[in-house]
Amino acid sequence: MYLRTGLLAAGLGLAATIAAVPAGAQTPKRGGTLVYMIPADSPPSFDGHRETTFATVHAAAPFYSVLIRVPPDNPASTTEYVCDLCTEMPKPTDDGKTYTFKIRPGVKFHDGSTLTAKDVGASWQRIVFPPQGVTSARVSYYAMVDKIEVPDDNTIVFKLKFATSAFLPALADPFTWIYKKEILDKDQHWYEKNIMGSGPFKFTSYDVGQAIKGARNPDYYHKGQPYLDAIEGIFADKQAVRVDAIRADRAAMEFRGLPPSARDSLVKEAGKDVVIQESDWNCGNIITPNHKKKPFDDVRVRRALALAIDQWAGAPALSKIATVKTVGGIVFPGSPLAATKEELQKMAGYWPDIEKSRAEARRLLKEAGAEGLKFELTNRNVDQPYKFVGTWLIGEWKKIGLNVEQKVVPTGPWFQAMRGGNFDVVVDANCQSIVNPALDTGKYLPKSIYPESYGDYDDPKSAELYNKMLRESDPKAQRAAMRAYETHTLDTMAHAIITPYWFRIIPERSYVKGWKISPSHYLNQDLANIWLDK
Amino acid sequence: MYRYVVTRLLLAVPTLVGAAALVFVLMRLIPGDVCVIRLGAGSHGNPGAIEACRQSLGLDNPLIVQFLDFLGNYFTFDFGTSMWSGRRVAHEIGSRLPVSLQIALMATVIAVLIAIPLGTISALKENTWLDHIVRMVAIAGIATPSFWLGIMSLVLVLDITYLATGKAWMPPIDYVPFWQDPLRNLSMVLLPAITVGYRYSAVTMRMTRSAMLEVMREDYIRTARSKGLLEQIIVNRHALKNALLPVVTLIGIEFAFLIGGLVVTEQVFNLNGIGRLFVQSVQNQDNVMTQALTMLVVTVFVLTNLVVDLLYAWLDPRIRYS
Repeated sequence: MYLRTGLLAAGLGLAATIAAVPAGAQTPKRGGTLVYMIPADSPPSFDGHRETTFATVHAAAPFYSVLIRVPPDNPASTTEYVCDLCTEMPKPTDDGKTYTFKIRPGVKFHDGSTLTAKDVGASWQRIVFPPQGVTSARVSYYAMVDKIEVPDDNTIVFKLKFATSAFLPALADPFTWIYKKEILDKDQHWYEKNIMGSGPFKFTSYDVGQAIKGARNPDYYHKGQPYLDAIEGIFADKQAVRVDAIRADRAAMEFRGLPPSARDSLVKEAGKDVVIQESDWNCGNIITPNHKKKPFDDVRVRRALALAIDQWAGAPALSKIATVKTVGGIVFPGSPLAATKEELQKMAGYWPDIEKSRAEARRLLKEAGAEGLKFELTNRNVDQPYKFVGTWLIGEWKKIGLNVEQKVVPTGPWFQAMRGGNFDVVVDANCQSIVNPALDTGKYLPKSIYPESYGDYDDPKSAELYNKMLRESDPKAQRAAMRAYETHTLDTMAHAIITPYWFRIIPERSYVKGWKISPSHYLNQDLANIWLDK
Repeated sequence: MYRYVVTRLLLAVPTLVGAAALVFVLMRLIPGDVCVIRLGAGSHGNPGAIEACRQSLGLDNPLIVQFLDFLGNYFTFDFGTSMWSGRRVAHEIGSRLPVSLQIALMATVIAVLIAIPLGTISALKENTWLDHIVRMVAIAGIATPSFWLGIMSLVLVLDITYLATGKAWMPPIDYVPFWQDPLRNLSMVLLPAITVGYRYSAVTMRMTRSAMLEVMREDYIRTARSKGLLEQIIVNRHALKNALLPVVTLIGIEFAFLIGGLVVTEQVFNLNGIGRLFVQSVQNQDNVMTQALTMLVVTVFVLTNLVVDLLYAWLDPRIRYS
C-alpha cells in the first residue's frame, strides 16, 4: 500500500508513514528472529559512551538499558521523554537545578546480578566526568551538570549549575547505556570489546564485520517485552546488498535510511511485501565559508552565497533523487523551537522571491568587489546527500556568476581540511540524535567555544545570544531567543548556510510490526517493541 | 633444494621491509587519522577526546618510533592491535581469511577445470569454429569485470526466482564455515567463486592456448610424431606438461592476487573477506591493520612465487635448483 510521498509532504518534521503500519490495532505475537541490516562495516567499539557512530547503536543498543528515552511508541515526538530504568519522570526542584530519579527495583543485568542506582551513577559519572584515559564523546552535552549523587541504591540525583531545558533531552541520549559498576571499577575499557547490559536482549555472539546476535532476555523489566526470540544484525555497507537482502527476505529491514531511488525500486520489485516509513531527519548539511580566507571574511560575500540559493524550489526537486526534503533553519523543523516558513522567509537564503534575492546577491558581490568570484567547494566523498547537495549548490551559485569547483575528498581528509581551516567553503554536516535544539545549535557558535564550528570566526554577540537562549526556561521566551540567535547566525552574519534537512526512508518487510520511525537513526533502537506477524 | 628455499626466503626479507616502508609512508601521507574519523563528527566540541584517542594509539609518537614498533612487531609475528576496533589484528585477519581463501581456492579450481581443457582444445583445433568459440568466451571473460558479472548474476538470480516462484531468492549474506553447514556455505560462495573464476579462467585459457600452440610446433613434438606416438600421448605427456610452465606462473600470481584483491566482489556478495577489510582499514585510516594486510599480501606473493618456482622443477626435469 504505497502512497506517493507528496501526499504527506506537508507534515513538517512529523514522521510520515508511507505504508500503513497498523501496529496499535493488533496484538503483538511472540517469537521469531528479526534479521536486520546494519549499513556499516563494523563498529569501532561497543562502548556507547565513547563512540559516535550509529554502527555501535544499531549493533549494541538492544543489549542495554538507559535511564530515560524517547517514547518507543511515539519516537517522532521532539518533546516527550519517558522512563526506561527510572520509575517516573521527576519534577525538577531547586529552581530547576535538581533532578531526582528513582530507579526501578528488581532489574537484573544479563549476568544475573541486580542493577542499582550505583550502576546508573557509575555509568553517568563516566559519561559526564570521564576518568583519565577514558574517552566520553558527549562530555560537552552535560556542561550544565554540576554533580551526580547516589544517596541510596534506588536514587540518583543530578545537580545542575544552571536550569536549562537542554538537560532532559541530553539525558535521553541513546548512547548513555548503563554499565555494571563492578566491571567499570575493575576495567574502564572492558565495555569497548564486551557487551553485558540489562536490555531486552542478551548478547550471544559477534562475528567481526559480519553479524551480531542476541537472544530474548526473559528477565526484562518491561513486562511482556521483548516479543522476539532473537535478533541478528548483519553488517553490509553496500546499499545494493541491503536492498537485495530485504527484497529476497534475507533481512527484514534496516534502520538508517535509503535514498528515494532505492525505495522506489524496492517498492516496485517487492510490492506489498515491503512497507516504507519516512521522517524528516535531525541531520543536515551546513555550508560553511572559511571566515579566515578572503573574501569570505566579508559578510556581504557570505550573504550573497546564501541569497543565490533557491531552497524552496530546490528542496522538492532534490528530494526526488537525494535523501533531503524539508527546508529549515538551525533548528530541526519538527521542534517547537524551529522557525516557521514565514520566519524563515525573512532571512537570507530563504527569501520567497528568488529573482529579488539573486539581484541582491549580485549587488552585494559587486559592492564587495567579488563579482565572478572563483572558489573551491570542499565536499565529502559520500554520495547521499553530500555530492548531490554540492552539485546543486554549484548550479545555484553559477546563476549569480560565481565559478565554483567541487573538490571531493575522502572522510579523513575532509575532517582534516575542516579542522585545519584548509578550505574556501566546505559542505559540513550536523547530525544529531535526540532533538535537543539548545545543544544541537551549539555548532554555530564561534570556534573558541565550540571547536567543531569550522567557520573559524570570533563573534561575542553569537555567544551572548546562544547563552541567553540556553538558560531561558520559559518556552515562549526561549523561542524568541532562538529566533534572535538564528537570525544573527544565518542572516545578519551569514556564518553558515543550512541546506534542506535530510530525509529518512526506512524499508521493512510487511510482517515486521511495532517499530516506529523517529527523526534520528540513533533513536528507538532497543528493538523491544518489534514483533513479527508471520 | 633446501639451500635454494632458504636463500629465497632470506631474499624475501628486503622485499618485505621495502613494502613495509612504502605502505608506512603512504598511509601517513593521507591527511587526518583514525581518531579524527572516529570522533571527528561527533565529539561535540570535545577536542580532548581526539587527543586522548591519539595518545592511546601511539599516534603522538615520532614516526621513526612508530615504524620501528611496526617492524619489530611484524618480525616477531605480533601484528598488534587494530586502531579501529581495538581487537588483535591476527584475530581480525584470522576471522576473514577463511572466506577469501575459500573463494580463491574455488575460483582457482573452477578456472583450472575450464581453462586447461578448453585452452588445449582451442590450440589443437586452431582456427576451427571450436577455437573461435573458445577464444570468444575467453575474450568476453577478460573484458567483463567480475564485479559487474557478480551484480548481474545476483539480479538474474533474484529475477528468475521471483518469476519462477513468486519469491525472490538470493544467496545467504552471512558466512557460515563449510564444516558447519556445507549447503549454506556453498550456496553463499558458489556464485562469487564462479564470477571470479570465469575471469580467472579466461586469462588462463588464453595463456594455455598460446603456450600449447608454441609447444606443438617444437622439434621434439615433431620427433614424437615421426616416431609414431599416439597423438593423445604426445599432447598429454610431452606437450601439455611443458606448456603448463607459464600457465602455472599465471595461476600462482592470480591466486595470490585473489587473497587480497577481491575487494568489489566481496562487497557485491557481502563476503566478509580480506579485500573488504583492506578497503575498510584504508578508509578508517587504521594504519596498523593496513600495514598488516599489505604484509600479508606481500608474503602470500613471495611464497606463491616460491611454490611456482618449485613446481617448475617437477614439470620440467631439466630445471634443477641449487
